[in-house]
Amino acid sequence: MIAVEGLTKHFRVHRRPPGLKAAVRSLFHRSYDTVKAVDDISFTIERGERVGFLGPNGAGKTTTMKVLAGLLHPSSGAVTVEGHRPFARTPEFLQQITLVMGQKQQLIWDLPPAETYALNRAVFGLDAAVARRTLDELTELLGLGGLTDKPTRQLSLGERMKCELAAALLHQPTTLFLDEPTIGLDVAMQVTIRDFIRDYNQRHDATVLLTSHYMDDVVALCPRVIVIDGGRIIHDGDLRALVKTMIPDKLVSFTGALPDDEVPRLGEVVKREGGRTTILVPEARLREVIGHLLDRAGTDLAVEDPPLEDVMRKLFKDKRAS
Amino acid sequence: MAALPTLIRLGTIEAIAYRAEMVVWLLTTTMPLVMLSLWTSVADEAPFAAWATRDFVAYYLVALILRNLTSNWVAWQVAEEIRTGTVAGRLLRPVHPFASYLGTHLGAVPLRAAAVAPVMVVLGFTSGRAVLVTDPGHLGLIVAAVVGCWALTFAVFLCLGTLAFFLDKPMGLIEAYFGVFAIMSGYLVPLPLLPSWIQTMARWLPFRSMLGDPVAIVIGRVPDLGDAARLVAQQWAWATGLLVLAAALWRRGVRRYEAFGG
Repeated sequence: MIAVEGLTKHFRVHRRPPGLKAAVRSLFHRSYDTVKAVDDISFTIERGERVGFLGPNGAGKTTTMKVLAGLLHPSSGAVTVEGHRPFARTPEFLQQITLVMGQKQQLIWDLPPAETYALNRAVFGLDAAVARRTLDELTELLGLGGLTDKPTRQLSLGERMKCELAAALLHQPTTLFLDEPTIGLDVAMQVTIRDFIRDYNQRHDATVLLTSHYMDDVVALCPRVIVIDGGRIIHDGDLRALVKTMIPDKLVSFTGALPDDEVPRLGEVVKREGGRTTILVPEARLREVIGHLLDRAGTDLAVEDPPLEDVMRKLFKDKRAS
Repeated sequence: MAALPTLIRLGTIEAIAYRAEMVVWLLTTTMPLVMLSLWTSVADEAPFAAWATRDFVAYYLVALILRNLTSNWVAWQVAEEIRTGTVAGRLLRPVHPFASYLGTHLGAVPLRAAAVAPVMVVLGFTSGRAVLVTDPGHLGLIVAAVVGCWALTFAVFLCLGTLAFFLDKPMGLIEAYFGVFAIMSGYLVPLPLLPSWIQTMARWLPFRSMLGDPVAIVIGRVPDLGDAARLVAQQWAWATGLLVLAAALWRRGVRRYEAFGG
């Protein structure tokens, strides 16, 4: 379980205006600003939960992840992860967690990933047979066959990410902090990584806290989301409930011709492309509109939630306006 | 410590992977050969302060061997990892980062030894018994001095690299360190040939233990076994003290990193 109570993390940042004069002045008189990266946040995550941690750039997501993983000392507040105070970084704590940030954190750049795995086996004190079995499992789930013997620098971005995940999970941690695990990957690779994370979570009853700018990751993986903006939590709860609260409309798309003056009466037109029209329909009118479209436009009809990106945009906009 | 054999093995594999870089590195440490040609041309005329040509040959060849055998690049490695934030990966492993740095650089020693082996052969032919010590007591102390030299250099470089926690660009400091080291260690000129005020300063600094003193023992300039043992003890004391200092700097640096995020 992860328990965060009143977590605050402030940084002191050196500030200097541009220009030569300011550069010389800063030699004698440095001015600092205090940046509130995380400002009095509280939440708990139960063992085995998959939680999305969302927010715009600079919202405080990575800072919170680093505090939870023990890399940063909180300015104030209480944090426990599986009963440990993270920043003490005891061997017992480090055995239980992993933090994935990018694909160059663990892997030794000029050696094959297999050597990083040997290193992790040694430093985590893993039994050779158990490590072999885990690695076989990870190789199968992530499709690492043929990759672990090539120097890391010769692997593609997606291949490196898969190998990095295997290195991060070799010691079978029960708490996963994943910071943008699919960044820069193609769609197929994103799906592979998502499937793997879900599978790992279910097999090991592992807790997963995930940040991602790809909302598809969040939709696919996280029943619950914590949204942070300006260092403060602005939403913590069920993802579907959030979508429903923020945009209680559905996207309805259909093919087929309808008179131009008829479509706007059914809903707000969002897109018209290649003979397919997408409209935003209030939930209260959904049944009526679908019935009408089935009668008039044909059967190629799809009903979806609005994209999470739109939901987030609206959430941040509303919060800032208030 | 159970992980150390694996760390050393990986260090050797990494050194093999970076073999070209290591050769370039070794080529940059040929200053003793430059100084050798300079001093031998001086001593060919007449011995200089009781140093004959064969003494200079032995001194600079042993200095070249010792420098290449006991040097490492941990200062650059640590500084770079702190600067780029990749040190986080080490902090999340249940082993002290110093242990993994130790493994990496101990693992490179066999390659360094192989690289200087030809120089050792040349030393044997050019100097041999005429200059080099051969008695078991001195030979035992030489082994301890070489190991101590490695440990001391490692500790000094750890201290320098760890300064990256506190300074934006510690590389300038590392360059400055080399300037002082070159003079105070006897790397450029044997310490007994330097002005007395420099010798006095050198006596209170660790640099002579990193090169000049061990070389002096090897080439028989410290004939008394007790004196040689005292120099080795002094070297080990410096190594221990600086390792403790490096650990303290690291602890303080990591606390700063935890507070400010690097």
